[in-house]
Amino acid sequence: MLIKTVTSGIKSSQITDRSVWEQRRRFLKAAALAGVGAGLGKFAPAALALQSGPGKQPAIAGLRASRYGAALSPTAYEHVTGYNNFYEFGTGKDDPAEYAGQLQTRPWSVSVDGECEAPGEIGIEEVLADFPQEERVYRLRCVEAWAMVVPWVGFPLGDLLKRFRPTSRAKYVAFETLYDPEQMPGQRRSVLDWPYREGLRMDEAMHPLTILATGLYGELLPNQNGAPLRLVVPWKYGFKSIKSIVRISLTETQPATTWSKTAPDEYGFFANVNPAVDHPRWSQARHRVIGEGLFSPKQETLPFNGYAAEVAHLYAGMDLKRFF
Amino acid sequence: MRGWSIARGLVLVKVVVFALCALPGVLLLRGALLNELGANPLEALMHGTGDWALRMLLLTLAVTPLRRLSGWRWPQRFRRMLGLFAFAYAALHFTAWVWFDKGFAWGAMVEDIGERPFITVGFLAFVLLIPLAATSTRGMMLRLGRRWQRLHRLVYVIAVLGVVHFVWLVKADWLEPAIYGGVLAVLLLARLRGVRTALGAGRRAGPSPA
Repeated sequence: MLIKTVTSGIKSSQITDRSVWEQRRRFLKAAALAGVGAGLGKFAPAALALQSGPGKQPAIAGLRASRYGAALSPTAYEHVTGYNNFYEFGTGKDDPAEYAGQLQTRPWSVSVDGECEAPGEIGIEEVLADFPQEERVYRLRCVEAWAMVVPWVGFPLGDLLKRFRPTSRAKYVAFETLYDPEQMPGQRRSVLDWPYREGLRMDEAMHPLTILATGLYGELLPNQNGAPLRLVVPWKYGFKSIKSIVRISLTETQPATTWSKTAPDEYGFFANVNPAVDHPRWSQARHRVIGEGLFSPKQETLPFNGYAAEVAHLYAGMDLKRFF
Repeated sequence: MRGWSIARGLVLVKVVVFALCALPGVLLLRGALLNELGANPLEALMHGTGDWALRMLLLTLAVTPLRRLSGWRWPQRFRRMLGLFAFAYAALHFTAWVWFDKGFAWGAMVEDIGERPFITVGFLAFVLLIPLAATSTRGMMLRLGRRWQRLHRLVYVIAVLGVVHFVWLVKADWLEPAIYGGVLAVLLLARLRGVRTALGAGRRAGPSPA
């Protein structure tokens, strides 16, 4: 009965002839291949398959593939999860992997406040259930001149922000990491001014490349990578991508951020990857690729970490040497 | 017979100390060749060789205060070896920088040395070590006489430059360079005349810088 109703609702002129349909399919497939090939490299269709991890963390259900970074080959899981900065667990590169295990990521909620009509809290389970999780394979460029490729899982930050209805006064978004020296031994020493804080301009926050990540390699984030929820802004130096977020505030003025407070001449608010603006103590023109041996040469760093086509317009007319 | 056995014992101890000093370098080189230095082998190599250059330098500077405090003469016998190991690790550190960090891009190296203070002081420390290593032989000691001592006082400048190099390269956590700085400060203070008399020692044996 129902089927009859539905079919009867379609006029015969709307039913596509099978040969035309097949032709269209071929055309779409070719167009997709050409498009992906032109933008992202010729191996893209194969890479659209989802990356899978070693099963150390629960797999994320209902994960969708995306075209973002389909042509990039991810850095080995052991390096992605074994070599990073997360000063809350120590300043050594292997400290996060060693000491983050004790962090309790359930229950976990993020409070959203400031210039928005519907301030409130959102739990991590709600985040995972309400926002479609998608794989994003992104380049990550650390300010220390090393880089890797990470197959993140997440969703656009903008989708979450919209739920809390930012007002017209919301010009910036500020983020805060958990402060809990009991669980985060690195916070027992005042290496940085805890809690770690980061921020984005509203247009940067709403950009489709900016995501909140819940996982990597198809699985929930390991603690050392910023579980259960972290920011990923692929065209900025890694320190902008704040980990283990507990608070998001919409603000009218530019928020203070941890590294730019620690050393204002070395780390700016924008921190866009820029080979033309050196860190005062080292060149940013090239970087070392994590996982490649000692004898492989450094690679050229690209403006905006290779995402200039997508984001350069956000900074049109700005002096990027001044606003570094 | 007894003198012979002491000499033989000393040779044995020297071989053991030599092997211990060389071990971290051998492990680093092995790791480099087998690509077993982890996710960022250059960083591991640079930090490893830099740390050991500084440690050897501090051990070298500990010899004279130890001798004065204890009255033992034997530590003196290891000073040259320790100093040469400091130079060897510094040379490995410099070579790793030239080869793997800078990829033999001479222009970029000159720019780094000129524009980045932590590299300027590190480079200066390494350059100043060269004449000390070159004049470390007994022959040069005898030939230079009192001038040898004056020349080798450069080691104090080098050690300070080495610690400053470390302090200026860290991003936020100054704990580790502060430890090296503290040890160096103690070793330098121990050389002050007032401190030496207060510690009740003042013996001198053979040529020594200060």
